[in-house]
Amino acid sequence: MIQLTNVSKTYEVGDQPVHALVDVTERIQTGEFVAIMGSSGSGKSTLLNLLGCLLRPSAGSYTLNGQDIGTLSDVELSRLRQKFIGFIFQSFHLVPRLTAAGNVELPMMFAGISTSERQRRAREALEAVGLTERAKHLPAQLSVGQRQRVVIARATIMRPQLILADEPTGNLDRASSEQILKLLDQLHAQGQTLIMVTHEVDVARRAERVLVIDDGQIVQRIKSDALIRDPVLHPAVK
Amino acid sequence: MTFRDYLAFAIKALRGHPVRTLMCVSGVSIGIAAVAMLTALGEGARRYVISEFSAIGSNLLIILPGKTETTGALPGFGGVPHDLTLNDVKVLRREIPSLEFVAPITVGTETVRRQERRRQVPVVGTTTDFIHARKLRMGLGQFLPPSDLDRGAPIVVLGKRVADELFPNKNPLGELVRISDWRMRVIGVLAERGTQLAMNMDDVVFVPVATGMKIFNRHSLFRILIKVHSFVELKTACQKVVTIIIERHGEEDITCVTQAAVVSTFSTILTALTLGLAAIGAISLSVAGVGVMNVMLMAVSDRTEEVGLLKSLGARNRQILTVFLTEATLLTLAGGVIGLALGYGTVAVTTTLYPAIPASTPLWATGSVLVASIMVGMIFGVLPARRAARLDPVEAMEPRT
Repeated sequence: MIQLTNVSKTYEVGDQPVHALVDVTERIQTGEFVAIMGSSGSGKSTLLNLLGCLLRPSAGSYTLNGQDIGTLSDVELSRLRQKFIGFIFQSFHLVPRLTAAGNVELPMMFAGISTSERQRRAREALEAVGLTERAKHLPAQLSVGQRQRVVIARATIMRPQLILADEPTGNLDRASSEQILKLLDQLHAQGQTLIMVTHEVDVARRAERVLVIDDGQIVQRIKSDALIRDPVLHPAVK
Repeated sequence: MTFRDYLAFAIKALRGHPVRTLMCVSGVSIGIAAVAMLTALGEGARRYVISEFSAIGSNLLIILPGKTETTGALPGFGGVPHDLTLNDVKVLRREIPSLEFVAPITVGTETVRRQERRRQVPVVGTTTDFIHARKLRMGLGQFLPPSDLDRGAPIVVLGKRVADELFPNKNPLGELVRISDWRMRVIGVLAERGTQLAMNMDDVVFVPVATGMKIFNRHSLFRILIKVHSFVELKTACQKVVTIIIERHGEEDITCVTQAAVVSTFSTILTALTLGLAAIGAISLSVAGVGVMNVMLMAVSDRTEEVGLLKSLGARNRQILTVFLTEATLLTLAGGVIGLALGYGTVAVTTTLYPAIPASTPLWATGSVLVASIMVGMIFGVLPARRAARLDPVEAMEPRT
């Protein structure tokens, strides 16, 4: 489903090129749950943004469902994000003036889905994350755990094939983190492809595979069962 | 995304910053109110002038001594080859029987006295036809009687105010007044009329035309006022008058102006004035537009992260552009509606308190300012909206320090 072939991403900072990703080649199968680990500035967020079609590779090719992302126009990329990709952010990115239901409805609104259908699906999605009673609450009236559950409801509302989570438990306490991880487990169990950036080994253990990234390169690939046996992790993770 | 979605999204965004929204709407509404009020004044003046002319009918011809094309000056000013005389009036009456009324006019200012009371007023020398041509009514007695044009009888008709001032609590009919060195007997008082065509008909006196020419020692008439039976006769009558005068004077040394032409000229001038006033109001509207642009730029800056989020959720650039344009347009449209209400309200209060001010917002201005308010929103909203649409989603969502 996802094929990265010799992908590089370079930014220009002033006159200096900064190589965020260097020659990354990776295949991720449909339905896989992959965790990406690495230190700050290692390139994991760039990789996630690239997988989410928010960035185009500077070199190499990224193929999603057989489509070469580098050849798509802005409008086609928007459509792809709308239909195939759901984002879960560490800092939630909820629109503060919209209710929980309003935030969940946003992707459907831009997709042109009717109001009644949007309301019905938002209700179902909030019910699935246990927030039926909080549908009309504003983000400021929700706990951080509840906010993250709203984000998950929003990320799944278009029934995307790929869900990208950037430190989904980074701002949460242990109890809330567990709730969120259970929800992610459920999504994985339903057959959705899940790619999660995390720096917590305990969180990464829930994935099937862990990719360790350092200086823009994938430096280690570990199966989750190996993680459970307390493997030797690349120094970048430690 | 439907129009209703854009609208709902924009309304929620504007409600999120009530003070900013209120200030912005106020700026636009002041601009719109200014346009509405200024055009109301201009249009009011136009309607007032037209109604004044209409009140005395549209079948009038005004003959002025002088010809613009030959003298190069305004009629009535500068040298005139031949005087416009009472004999001209007699010939016109005789040769063109289709003329309903022919009123020669001579005008000057003189002191009218009764014992110790005196008042300086315009003195109009004319004939009995004048009251019919100008549709005036008598309050007491009679107007100047039909008589030989050359016979200057010592009689006078007073305007209402002149009568009240010179004869307080007394019937002036049959009484004597002095105009210059002339002793005149009062034969009538006009009914109260107020201002007609820039002349206060209550503060004027009428004497026979020959008397007036003697008082002011004039040989030429100021005007000849002619009324024809119907509007369609105006052009023919004008041509006949000019032909006869050419025969008599040997050249075309008069100007024949129809009432319709005068009304049309005034209407054109006052419409231009109204448009000029609207343009002045539009300046404040454009200033408000700059305010809208600033507010929208602030909104884009404040909501950069939100724009990044919307893009990550699949919103296209065009949709982001429309989101912000809708907000800008809503701001100015709200300002337009409130400004119109403010303008109409101010005009209504002003005309109620000061009925003499002829103010009335024209319908075209109402439609125009609403369209203008929408256009201001769209024009001044484009830059911020484009800025939002062009934001890079990754950069937009990065935490700002």
